[in-house]
Amino acid sequence: MSRPAQRGMSGRAKAALALIALMALVPPLAALAGDPFLTVVASRMAVFAIAALSLDLILGFGALVSFGHAAYLGLGAYAVAVCARHGITDLFVQIAAGAAASALFALVSGAISLRTRGIYFIMITLAFGQMAYFFFVSLSAYGGDDGTTLAARSTVFGRPLLENDTVFFYVVLACLATAFGLLHRLAGSRFGRALAGTRESELRMQAIGFRPFRYRLAAYVISGMICSVAGVLLANQTEYVSPAYMAWTRSGELIVMLLLGGIGTLAGAMAGALATVALEELLAGWSEHWRLGFGLILLGVVLWSPAGLTGLIRRLLPEEGR
Amino acid sequence: MTALLEARGLCKAYGALSVTDDLSMQVAAGELHAVIGPNGAGKTTLIAQLSGQLAPDRGSIRFGGRDVTRLDMPARLRLGLARSFQITTLMPAMTALENVALAVQGRSGSSFRFWRPVAAERALNEAAMACLEEVGMAGRAGRPAGAMSHGEKRQLELAVALACEPRLLLLDEPLAGTGPQEAEVLVALLARLKGRITMLLIEHDMEAVFALADRVSVLVYGRILASGAPEAIRQDPKVRAAYLGEEAG
Amino acid sequence: MANLFLLQLLNGAQFGILLFLVAAGLTLVFGIMDFINLAHGVLYMLGAYLMAMFALSTGSFWLGLALALGATLVVGLVLEWLVFRRLYDRPHLDQVLATFALMMILSEGVKILWGSAPLNVAMPELLSGSVPLAGPLRYPVYRIAIIVAGLATALGLWAMITRTRVGMLLRAGASNRPMVAALGTDISKFFMLVFALGAMLAGFAGALVSPVLSVDPGMGDQILILTFVVIVIGGVGSVKGAFAGALLVGITDTVGRIFGPIWLKMVMDPAAAAQAGRVLAPMLIYLLMAAILSWRPNGLFGRSTR
Repeated sequence: MSRPAQRGMSGRAKAALALIALMALVPPLAALAGDPFLTVVASRMAVFAIAALSLDLILGFGALVSFGHAAYLGLGAYAVAVCARHGITDLFVQIAAGAAASALFALVSGAISLRTRGIYFIMITLAFGQMAYFFFVSLSAYGGDDGTTLAARSTVFGRPLLENDTVFFYVVLACLATAFGLLHRLAGSRFGRALAGTRESELRMQAIGFRPFRYRLAAYVISGMICSVAGVLLANQTEYVSPAYMAWTRSGELIVMLLLGGIGTLAGAMAGALATVALEELLAGWSEHWRLGFGLILLGVVLWSPAGLTGLIRRLLPEEGR
Repeated sequence: MTALLEARGLCKAYGALSVTDDLSMQVAAGELHAVIGPNGAGKTTLIAQLSGQLAPDRGSIRFGGRDVTRLDMPARLRLGLARSFQITTLMPAMTALENVALAVQGRSGSSFRFWRPVAAERALNEAAMACLEEVGMAGRAGRPAGAMSHGEKRQLELAVALACEPRLLLLDEPLAGTGPQEAEVLVALLARLKGRITMLLIEHDMEAVFALADRVSVLVYGRILASGAPEAIRQDPKVRAAYLGEEAG
Repeated sequence: MANLFLLQLLNGAQFGILLFLVAAGLTLVFGIMDFINLAHGVLYMLGAYLMAMFALSTGSFWLGLALALGATLVVGLVLEWLVFRRLYDRPHLDQVLATFALMMILSEGVKILWGSAPLNVAMPELLSGSVPLAGPLRYPVYRIAIIVAGLATALGLWAMITRTRVGMLLRAGASNRPMVAALGTDISKFFMLVFALGAMLAGFAGALVSPVLSVDPGMGDQILILTFVVIVIGGVGSVKGAFAGALLVGITDTVGRIFGPIWLKMVMDPAAAAQAGRVLAPMLIYLLMAAILSWRPNGLFGRSTR
């Protein structure tokens, strides 16, 4: 059966793939322009695009406004530092470690937070994120508040491939493409439809035999694990790990990225991350008080977009199909 | 005749207000049992307790010979006790087909499958299409539920309930808010389903109730005032005084 | 040991009182308007900065305090008029974003106006020094003054909520919003009042604490999250809950930091205990919150709906 909705879905996927393909052109263009810094910025964009994608799973598809998502960024980053300290420099092992730690934290904190709704959920996820933050602040073995510098980037199959910024960028981009592919499949799967159902009507879901809590918790855990991969890559990009990665303002920035690009579309999350990082870089190059400008732009967008960003997006959705 | 659904001594109060007051009733297998009563008699609260949405303060509910008082909605659904809603709770952004297919998915196989596209699952779509055909909505399969007329939403609501393959269907005012033509379609639909599926029908539309029901119970102030064949209920002086008279006046 | 415990208990109570002042306004805004305000912590910080500015320019602590209070009240009114009232009917996500943006703007603005270096506020003559507590133990007068001022404010709030018409509306609004509208009150004026009151209380807390803490741009962030924990524990919309939650959080945090390692030493070796204590102490209040929530998902005094 061919329905317009399916064509709409693949249209969105095409937009996302086009975005990834465009990003793949950055290193050669940067070489042409003689500005290798562009590749570094593009890496950063791709890293945050992964984080924003993971947040889209719970916020966009599950309507769960999690304000503690940066914790998983931090858990991934600290997985690199802790593994490296113990002589494990392999990227894949570090990713596995970060994902395992994130899964555990998401399972426990999610099981408690997901018992609540609305403002409560926002505040509780915020508090759990802060709890993780303070855990690493007081971890003096890893520099406490100041964090710790990594001796080198992670290795791939025992080789220091990631030291080259261009190779590193393509590894990050490959991770982004993988994350998108996984989430795109998931959104269209049985699980994805059930999760979307919990967003639309919790009562109805129960009436047709689903227990929404289970699907929300599973999505929460998956989302945390994917975000931790972004954390592993972020630590490698900066070669530095600190609790600042999991500050609550960082969680706020992730939500901003998602909202600027549009929630529940995956492609929007990626575009939003790209735009936000670009805007930050631009304003930061202008003035050390770039947050003032960023805040004003954000406030303007929220206040004066006619029905609010979410309203705008929600009005666009039915037309595009799902 | 054995009771498929049996409530015994149900009580539910909000503060000092008793909404269900020592209520006992039976729904026999195969019958269409209507519950009528004036506004505020506790009809929706009764459905909520029978379906597992609300826990009664006291009393017990048995379904198919099992005590289900402590089971939640999904668990009762698994035993074959499904419900429809008075206020439509369909998924507005999903198409009619997706709304029904989700209900089919709820009873067939695990939903913890993350990879295969659900839209390509033929078994789900075919079962969902069959339900849509049953309610005369096959032509509307691709439309988002949010974009449908009120009458269509009521039909879709029934299709979703049917997709749960219930042994007993709790219908909470399926005709609420419909115009005469829409109501006619729905009444014909319920008449077709009658006999195949046991139904407990809560409805304000007296004409529909007396046309459809095998048995009618009258609910007033959280209690069953009278229960019997439609004609007997119509003649019952207690009922006329308490309810039908009110309607007329 | 017992003396040390008493001392920490007082410190915890003083911290809790401050948290209460910040939380009281926020919990009402949450409860009555179903509005999440991430910029509330910034008002606390603003109170401290305004205090520092006015105390320095007037040379008087008391005059500075009065001016700071008035100024935060005005800031609250202006922000409500300019930003918040456009957000009451918006989804939580929009509120989160707008107030997050506001927080960025205000804290960056403070950095531009006063710089990033910490400021100090001189303690008034009257309240400096210390009084004997028990045996050789002495306690600073100023900290006692904070506790007294906070308790007096709590008492005043309590009287206002139980005795006045505005209080009646507050109570009705926190448990049942449509009812306030049904009472035919001018809702927008009422909301403005609640908001300004909350802003002033937060500013009061910031001004009070400025002589004992260094005033820096990060102080709003920290208190905001703690305030959320307080509100979640106490139950959204409940001033009583905010009071209980604030004291619970203040005392748990303060006592836990000192006594956690000491108690741990009784069950494990000292080095490990010191390390574990350092790591666990800052997490203690979050564990407390998790424990209370798994017992009562709506907080200690929260309403049971939703």
